[in-house]
Amino acid sequence: MRRSTLRILAIVPAYNEMYSVGKVVQEILELPFPIDVVVVDDGSTDETAKVARSKGAVVLRLPFNLGIGGAVQTGFRYAVRHGYDVAVQVDGDGQHIPSEIPRLLDALETQGADVVIGSRFLGAKKHRSSWARRVGIWIFSWVNSWVLRTPITDNTSGFRAFNRRTIQFLSENYPQDYPEPESVVLLGLNRFSIVEIPVEMRERAFGRSSISPFRAVYYMVKVLFCIFMDMFKEKNKM
Amino acid sequence: MQIRVQILSLCVGIGLLVVLFQLIRKNRLEEKYALLWIASAMILILFSVWRSLLEKLATLVGIYYAPSALFLIALFCGVIIALHFSVVISNLTRQTKTLAQEVALLRQEIEVLRNQKGKPKRSKGN
Repeated sequence: MRRSTLRILAIVPAYNEMYSVGKVVQEILELPFPIDVVVVDDGSTDETAKVARSKGAVVLRLPFNLGIGGAVQTGFRYAVRHGYDVAVQVDGDGQHIPSEIPRLLDALETQGADVVIGSRFLGAKKHRSSWARRVGIWIFSWVNSWVLRTPITDNTSGFRAFNRRTIQFLSENYPQDYPEPESVVLLGLNRFSIVEIPVEMRERAFGRSSISPFRAVYYMVKVLFCIFMDMFKEKNKM
Repeated sequence: MQIRVQILSLCVGIGLLVVLFQLIRKNRLEEKYALLWIASAMILILFSVWRSLLEKLATLVGIYYAPSALFLIALFCGVIIALHFSVVISNLTRQTKTLAQEVALLRQEIEVLRNQKGKPKRSKGN
């Protein structure tokens, strides 16, 4: 199997996730092939870094909270610096199921994609969420599918695998506050091939979802504006 | 009537220059960021002193009362300066982010080096 020769890194952004990050790290390291885990501690005030380290992860501690985008990008920089071939992004709150990682990696390999997104909405199972969230997800799906001229069902999923070329690109260009939808557009516009596969996700067990209604609207507007502007920005020269 | 407005804006212009001079002298303001302010103050002074130029400008853009053109000029300068600062702040934000990320990466490298020093035999890729 080719997977054993590739160097694979799991990037786990975590902000005050001491109750869930340990299990995430543990489950990733229990996968039946070599994989390294780097937890990016985004300025946590709890024991996130300690817990992650005790479970065997490499921990990158940001000096202050950068937001999810800045944290994930730190992971990409680490991957570039240490010459990883593949990176898998897994949220530290435990909603992504590590045993689904092999399926992301398989899709990356067999479908020759640059990016594989684990989508909640491709499978048969209905995903339950609030109507506001559904509206947001629907808007991003509509906008991104239109901008990229190809259907993308789960733009807010942070459960993704990237090949080397993509890691290199994202280590230089990664959006900030609410980066998932915009990064899809950024990758698509820069001609990275994106594939979605159905995955299951858990409901978050601990911690709070970080978004209040007012902020949700603000992020929505901001991200849509960013996506709009991305259409006019200079494309990368890779 | 007009002359009073002109004196006022002349005073504001000169006052601004004095404050800027003091700030730069005491190293509290970088020359680079003072330049736009100085240019604004000079423009304000120029138009307060040179009345016929102000009147020409006013008729050109359709302002009946020439001194209000002074306010327009001041506002315009203010907008340019604010825009300039937004660009500078964006740049600083980007730099701060990159620095923070670099700190995180270096912290981890130091940790690895420290551990190597303590325990010389340590396999790579913990």
